[in-house]
Order: sequence, then structure tokens, then C-alpha cells
Amino acid sequence: MAFLELEGVAKQFGAQTVVEDFSLSVGKGEFISFLGPSGCGKTTTLQMIAGFLDPTRGAIRLEDKDLTAIHPAKRGLGIVFQSYALFPHMTAAENVAFGLEMRKVSRADRAERVRAALAMVGLAGYEDRHPRRMSGGQQQRVALARALVIKPSVLLLDEPLSNLDAKLREEMQIELRQIQRTIGTTTILVTHDQNEAMSLSDRIVVMSQGKIEQIGTPQQTYEKPASAFVSQFLGKTNDFAGTIDRIATPARLVAGSWSAPAPAGLSGPVTVSIRPERIGFGDAGLGAKIVTRIFQGNHWLFQCESECGSAIVIRQNDGQPQPTEGAAVHLNWRPEDMSVRARTVA
Amino acid sequence: MSTVADERNARAPWVLSAPALMLFVGVLLIPLAMTVMLSFHDWGQYKGIEPVFILKNWKEIATDPYYAEMFWRTFRIAILTTLLTAALGAPEAYILNRMDGRWKSIFLLVILGPLLISVVARTLGWALLFGGNNGLVNKLLMSAGVIRSPIPFMFTETGMVVALAHVMMPFMVLSVWAALQRLDPQIENAAMSLGAGPITIIRRIIMPQIMPGVLSGAIIVFSLSASAFATPAIIGGRRLKVAATLAYDEFLNTLNWPLGAAVATLLLVALVLIVVGSNALIERRYVEVFR
Repeated sequence: MAFLELEGVAKQFGAQTVVEDFSLSVGKGEFISFLGPSGCGKTTTLQMIAGFLDPTRGAIRLEDKDLTAIHPAKRGLGIVFQSYALFPHMTAAENVAFGLEMRKVSRADRAERVRAALAMVGLAGYEDRHPRRMSGGQQQRVALARALVIKPSVLLLDEPLSNLDAKLREEMQIELRQIQRTIGTTTILVTHDQNEAMSLSDRIVVMSQGKIEQIGTPQQTYEKPASAFVSQFLGKTNDFAGTIDRIATPARLVAGSWSAPAPAGLSGPVTVSIRPERIGFGDAGLGAKIVTRIFQGNHWLFQCESECGSAIVIRQNDGQPQPTEGAAVHLNWRPEDMSVRARTVA
Repeated sequence: MSTVADERNARAPWVLSAPALMLFVGVLLIPLAMTVMLSFHDWGQYKGIEPVFILKNWKEIATDPYYAEMFWRTFRIAILTTLLTAALGAPEAYILNRMDGRWKSIFLLVILGPLLISVVARTLGWALLFGGNNGLVNKLLMSAGVIRSPIPFMFTETGMVVALAHVMMPFMVLSVWAALQRLDPQIENAAMSLGAGPITIIRRIIMPQIMPGVLSGAIIVFSLSASAFATPAIIGGRRLKVAATLAYDEFLNTLNWPLGAAVATLLLVALVLIVVGSNALIERRYVEVFR
């Protein structure tokens, strides 16, 4: 049964539609990411759940109760903001205690829960620090403790890691996932970073221009992107122009000198999408010439000029000799690794 | 070679700031020192100023309750003006900050408007509205039968506080507004999501963060009000003197320059002490918000 449910939610600012027909049902304890470029409506959707914005249309339900009818202060959701929005005039402990104070938790109980929350995010001993005397990562942890200490029904994270440097961000990702697993709070993360979305979430909602492009597990969205946008946005991909020949028997999918048995359904011009790490070099297949070869430690990155336009190939550094720059190669891949979409011919 | 260059470099800041320094010393420090010295000179109706060192003027100010009354009135008016501007200006700045772009700039102009008009013209405007039986507002209210006698405004402390608060309001609004600009735009949402109502948000979250702005605005308003001359001179006239108008009268009417100098010096010293003291207090109290 759905824990948090959004049904046909839309938001308009004047004539501009920011979010359109957003439907999603989130299970209890699930970790969901809203992923998309800036301006795709992901933060607007989060703010509607939080109650800072009212949806123009649609319903938001939490455990079958209409959430939009409840004042934001009474929704009991934990929110971590991109800027953290800590109270600079309060110490870390006072910041975390604020939500408990509003809930009229007794002083002794409060102190105990604040201590536990700060310890959980690894900030034991920092109780009396003021936020402006803490590093970005520490402030982030205080913000997380402040949101979690009120035992929220849903935890909303609005680009919480985007202000941290790359190394710290990775550490916090792992920690965030562990904390979420431990306490089992249903979590919605808004991010524009596909790695963050993939490494943290149970399911990803890929958004573009106010619309949902795809909802799926990280593997599904990566391996079987529902649209060109999804395949472009989640990692690198190669798009080759191909044709499905239904006259030949059996029907065949042809892209340059590469061909395979045609998948069911489509015919005529198609786009073949294939991830760079799924392409191999072989004796037959799409003809290509290697333009540049970049060594990146655990893998090689090849930029090739193929019959069907430029292509990127990633090969594991398995100790085998690799083709050099300028070498003529053939690119091939297993049909099950590609995704094929109809292509409109301009 | 290098020592010459070093010497020249060491001298350069002094040479470059010399014109400003000379102006500062010439038109501020020397007259100020002369005023302080003047306050220790003797004066008589027939003998004029005698350049001797006596404490007569200071004794007079210290012992004659007339001067104590003047200074207490100055202090009272400045404090009340400060409280009034804070009570009106802080909410005004908060509302202004929450307005949409276009309205914000229009209302900012309205608030800054008084700064563009001469303080004399502004104060005379108050006199035109409330000045005795002929004041516009008084006339209207009396002919409408709302009041029987004119609202006492001219030559009252209330009138002076109201007129001064009007003049000083922009300083308070701008000061609080600057503090509001430093707020995290999501801070109210953060407090709301933790269960705080609108009043709690203002009291617990907004107020403590804009307090430094209110207090620095208060310092500006207080020192300007305590040393204001034009507004007290027009509203208070001779009947209701404050320290600044008192010093003016001693200089230009009684021609007792030494006594006027003593009044001016005392006002300056008192203001410097109050401003520096409260500033130090504020900085210590709000060290975390200022960072």
C-alpha cells in the first residue's frame, strides 16, 4: 500500500506550468530521488509535499490523509535544505532541539534525544558550537540531525550535498544511506547529480521540463532508459541512427555495417542507444576509427569516429593490449544491451 | 638604492593621505580642541571672553538644575525617538523585504523619500499640519467637531519625538533591511517545517537575527536625534530647549561662548560614551550573528 501518494499534481505560476501531471506512489521506508536538470520542477514538487507551495491541481496523500489540507507546520516532515537554513544564533544543540521544543517535549527528554541525534550524525561533542563556526559538512550533519530528531514521517532532502566538495559528498552519500537504512525513514531526495541519485535511491524519478520521464530503479533507468532524455541524462550514451528492415526475412536491425535480428514492434528509422562500457572491439560490426585514447587508471576511454557518427567506448583496464589512436576497429555489442526507439526523420 | 626606495615606500602612505589628514586636522580636530579649551574660559556681560583656565562653566552646568533638565530632555527625546523608529521601522523593513520586486522598489522610494527633502521643509510640514488653530489637520478636525481645541503638537516633547522619528525612520529601515538581506531565504520555511507558528518564527528566529540591525540603526538614530538641531528648533522653539538649541542660544543670543562650548562638549562626550559603549555591548552580545 502506498505510504505517500501524489496524484496528478500540477503547479502553475501564472501562465507557466512548472510541474505537470505528477503521479507517484512511495512505499513506506523507500528512498526516492527526483532527478533532473535545474528548472525541471523537482524542487517545486518537493516544496508542494513540504507545503511551502500549494499544488494548482492534484492530490497529495500521506497514509490516506489529504496532506494539502494540513498546514506545513503540522505536517511533521523533516526537511534538509540546500543552504541548510540552520539558525545561526543558536548552537548546534539548540538548532536540533528547536523542533522538539515546538512539540513540547520535556526538557530532560529533549536533551537526551538531541544528544542521540547529534551522535547519530557523528557530531557528539559539538553541541555548543554555533553553525557559522562549523565546516560545510558539519553544518550539513546538524541540518540532518535537526530534521531527523522530530521522527518525521517523511524526510525531504533538497539538494543537500551540492554545496560539499567531491570527496566529502561521497562520504556523506554513504553515511546518508546508512542512516536512512538504520532508521527506515521514507526519504525523498532532490538532486541533479545522477551518481548521487543512483547510489542512494531505491527508485529514481527522472524529470524534465515539469514532466516525469521515467520512474524506475537505478538499474532500470540506466539500462532501459524510457526516452532519449533519460539515456542522455543518466551517464554517457551513444546514439546511432539505424533502420529496421522488415522486408528482409528474418527482419533485421541495421546500423552501418552492424546488424542484428530486429526487435519486435518497431519498423523504419530507429535510434539505437548503447552505453559506452557495453561496446566491444571485434572483427565485425560498426566500422570506426579511434580518434583519441585516454587512460583513466581502471579503464580506457576511446573517442571514435564511426560510420554512424562519433562514439565513446569504455574498456576495462584488464591488462590486455588496447587499440591505439588511429587504428581502424569494428564496434559490436550484444543486442540485449541496447535500447531501440523510433526515430523521426527530419 | 634599495633603502632609498624603501624609505620612499614607507613615506608614500603618509604623503598620499596628507591632504585628507590636513583637512581633518584643520577643520575638525583644531576647532574641536578650541571648543574644549573655550569651555574653560571666563565670560562676563561687560568684559566678554577672558582666556583664563577656570571651571566656572562646568560648575554651573553641574549645579544648576536648569542644565540637568535640558540634558535629561535631550536624552528622553532621543530615547523615545529611537524606540519609536525601532517599533515602526523594524516591522516596516520586514514587510518591505517580503514584497514583490516592483512594489518593493516603489515603497523603498517612499521610505527614502524624506531623505531627499530638506529637514527644515519636512519639519515645517509638521508645523503646517498641527501648528495651533491654523494647522491644517487641527482646522479640519475642529470644523468636523471631532476635537474642540487644537491637538497640542508644537512646543511639546511628543511633537518633537514624532517629527524626529519621521526624519530618522529611513536610517532605521535601511539598517534593519540590511540585516534582513543576510537571512537565509529558507530560514522561515525551516522553522515552519519544525512546527513553529508565525509568531514563534518572528520571535525566535527572525528577531534575534535582525537584532544587530535594529541596534545599529538605534545607535544612528539616537546619536542623530540627541544632536539634532533643526527639528527641535522649529517644533520646540525657545520654550522647549534641548542641548543643541541650548548651545546655539548661548553662542548666538547670550553671546556666552564659553558656556555654550561647555554644553556642546558635554553633549559630544556623552554621545561618544553612549555610542561606543552600546556598540561594544552589541558586538559582544551578538558575536555569532555578526560572523
